[in-house]
Amino acid sequence: MPFIYIVPIELKDHSFLETLEGLISDIFQRRTKRGEFKINLQDVFDVKRSQYNSSLVLQQLIANPPHDAEKILGVLDVDLFIPILTFVFGEAQLGGTGAVVSMHRLHNRFYGMAEDRELTARRLLKESVHELGHTFGLIHCSQPGCVMNSSTYVENIDQKSAEFCPLCQKGVKKGEDTRPAHRLFTFPWWNKKG
Amino acid sequence: MKPEEIGILIVDDEASVRDSLYQWFRADGYRVETADEGAAALKRLQETSWDIVLLDIKMPGMDGIELQKRIKEIDNNIVTIIMTAYASVDTAIQGLKDGAFDYITKPIDPDDLSRLIRNAVEKRRLITENIQLRQHIEELLLPEEVVGESPAIKRVMGMVDTVARTDSTVMVLGESGTGKELIARAIHSRSSRRYFPIIAINCGAYTEGLLESELFGHEKGSFTGAMYRRKGKLEMADKGTLFLDEVGNVSEKMQMDLLRVIETKKFTRLGGDKTIDVDFRIICATNKNLEKAIKDGSFREDLYYRLNVFSILLPTLKERREDIPLIAKYFLKQYARSMNKDVADFSAQARDAFIGYDWPGNIRELRNAVERAVVVAKGKYIQIEDISFPFPAPAATIAEGVESLEEMEKRHILKILNQTKGNIAQAAEILGISRLTLYNKIEKYRFRRDDLNKQYL
Repeated sequence: MPFIYIVPIELKDHSFLETLEGLISDIFQRRTKRGEFKINLQDVFDVKRSQYNSSLVLQQLIANPPHDAEKILGVLDVDLFIPILTFVFGEAQLGGTGAVVSMHRLHNRFYGMAEDRELTARRLLKESVHELGHTFGLIHCSQPGCVMNSSTYVENIDQKSAEFCPLCQKGVKKGEDTRPAHRLFTFPWWNKKG
Repeated sequence: MKPEEIGILIVDDEASVRDSLYQWFRADGYRVETADEGAAALKRLQETSWDIVLLDIKMPGMDGIELQKRIKEIDNNIVTIIMTAYASVDTAIQGLKDGAFDYITKPIDPDDLSRLIRNAVEKRRLITENIQLRQHIEELLLPEEVVGESPAIKRVMGMVDTVARTDSTVMVLGESGTGKELIARAIHSRSSRRYFPIIAINCGAYTEGLLESELFGHEKGSFTGAMYRRKGKLEMADKGTLFLDEVGNVSEKMQMDLLRVIETKKFTRLGGDKTIDVDFRIICATNKNLEKAIKDGSFREDLYYRLNVFSILLPTLKERREDIPLIAKYFLKQYARSMNKDVADFSAQARDAFIGYDWPGNIRELRNAVERAVVVAKGKYIQIEDISFPFPAPAATIAEGVESLEEMEKRHILKILNQTKGNIAQAAEILGISRLTLYNKIEKYRFRRDDLNKQYL
C-alpha cells in the first residue's frame, strides 16, 4: 500500500504539517504518512553561503526509502540552495521519489513583514504540491494559476493556486484512492490565491 | 517555440553546477545535456544542434572564452551565456565582445536566471524566425528567371553578378522588349540591398511636373490637388534600388534635379523645406542613343557620366536565336499553368517558325505570341496554325532583308490601293485611317497612278 511520506527535517513547528498532510492526500488521492528519517543537516551546510545544499538533503532523504513509500516529501526550516542559484524554495527528482521544501522564505517575516500563518500554510501547500508534481514527472506549466507554474520569488507562489490545470492533472498518475472515508474533506482556503 | 524544441548545453567542470542547472532546466521542459570540458562540449555541438550554451569561463584545458569562439565558428547563431564564479571586468568585456548573449556571476538569483533564459530563448526564436523569413522572402523575391544558354546572355549574367556586389550605378541598354527591367531586378535581387524594395519608375510615362511629384513626393497643399503629404519614389527606395526606366526621356530640368539628388543623396519634397536623406542605388535603362542626345544637347553630359558607370548592353532576341526555343518553352509553361490548359510543347514546325522569325519586339513580342498561341491551341502541342506574327512571315522577311517601318507602310498602302483599284475611300476604310490621312500618305510617298500597276507581295 504506497504512501506519500511527509518527513519533517529538524522542523521546529510541526503544526503546519497536520493540514498539509490532509490536503496532499486529497490532491494526489493517495494516503499520506508522517515519517521520521535520520537526516544530518550539518553535513550539507555550506559555511561560505550559510545555506544548506538541497540536492544533498534530497540524497539523504531517498537513501533508504521505506518499502511502502511511493513519494517522500521533506519539509525544513533552513534556507536551501543549489550551487548555481542563490536559493531555492524546494527541489525534486523529476519523475523520481523525493522532494524537499524549505519554509525559510515562505514566512512573511523573512521579507520584514508581519507573520501570517495562514499565508505561510498556503505557500507551503503550493510549494509541496509543486515539488511533488515534479516527482510525478510534471515539468513547469505555462498556464497562469496552475500549481506547476514556475515560482522564482514568493509573490509568484501567491499568484498561483494549489491546483493542477487540467493538463497537468492528467499527468499525475491516477492511483487507487486508498484514503479512509473520513479524510475526504477540503479546507475552505486551500486553493485560494494569495 | 515550445520548451522541448529548445536545446540547452551546459558546460562546466563542476559537477554540482552541471547537475543543478540540468535539473533546473529539465523542470522547465528543455532538452538539456551537460559537458565537463570544452572538447566534450564541441563534440556534443558536432553531434546535434543546440540553441543555447551556458559555459563556465574557468575550466581546465580550453577556457570559456576560447570555447565560445569555437562555438561561434560552428554556428554563429547559437546563443552563448558565460558563467563565472569570479567576475572580472576584463573577461566580461572579452566574452561579450566575442558575442556572448550575457555574462552571469554564480550563484545567480533564480528569477534572474529564469528571465535570462526566457530572453535567450526569445532571441533564438527571433534568429530562427529571421532566417526562415529571409529564405521565404528570397523565394518570393526571385525575379522572373533570365532564361537562356547563349553566350550573349551568359555574358550579360556574368556582368550582372559582377556589378550586383557593388553599389555602382548601372545603365542597362537594349532595344525595347529585351528585358531591361528584368535585368535591373536580377541585379537588385543579387545585391546586399535585396531585402529592401526595388522601386521602378517609367520616366517616359510622366509629364515633367508629374515625374517630379512621383520622384520627390510632395507636402500637403504644395500644388492644386496635393490633398495629402505623399512620399516619393526616392523615399520609398531608401536602402533599396531605384530603377529609372526610359531615363533618356527625362526633361532638362528633371535631369538637373536628378543629378543633384544622385550626387548628394538628399532632397526635399515638393513644397517642403525639410531635407530628407536617402540611400539608394540607381539602375537606369534606355533604348535611346544617349551619346547622340548629348551631342544634340537634349541630355546632360554630367548626368550621363553619373548614370553610365557600368553599362550592360542587352542582346536582341535575333542575336540569341538559340535561346528562342528555351524562352518560348518557359512562357508556354507559365501560360499553360495560369490558363489551366494542357499544352505541353511546340510542334517542330511551330518551333522552326519561332526560330526563323526576327522578333522586332524582342522577348515581349515572343511572350505575347506564346500567350496567344496557348489561348488558341487545341491539342497538347502548339501547331503552326496557332501562331500569328504581326509582322511579315519569317520566310518573306528573310528573303527580302530588313525593311524600315516606313518602307513597310509604303508597300502596304500601295498593296491596298492596288486591291481597291485606286479607290481612296475603300482603301482608307480597309486601312482604318481617314481619307485625309491617306491623301497625306500618298503625298508623302509620292505615289503616282503608274505605281498602282506594280504588284507587291
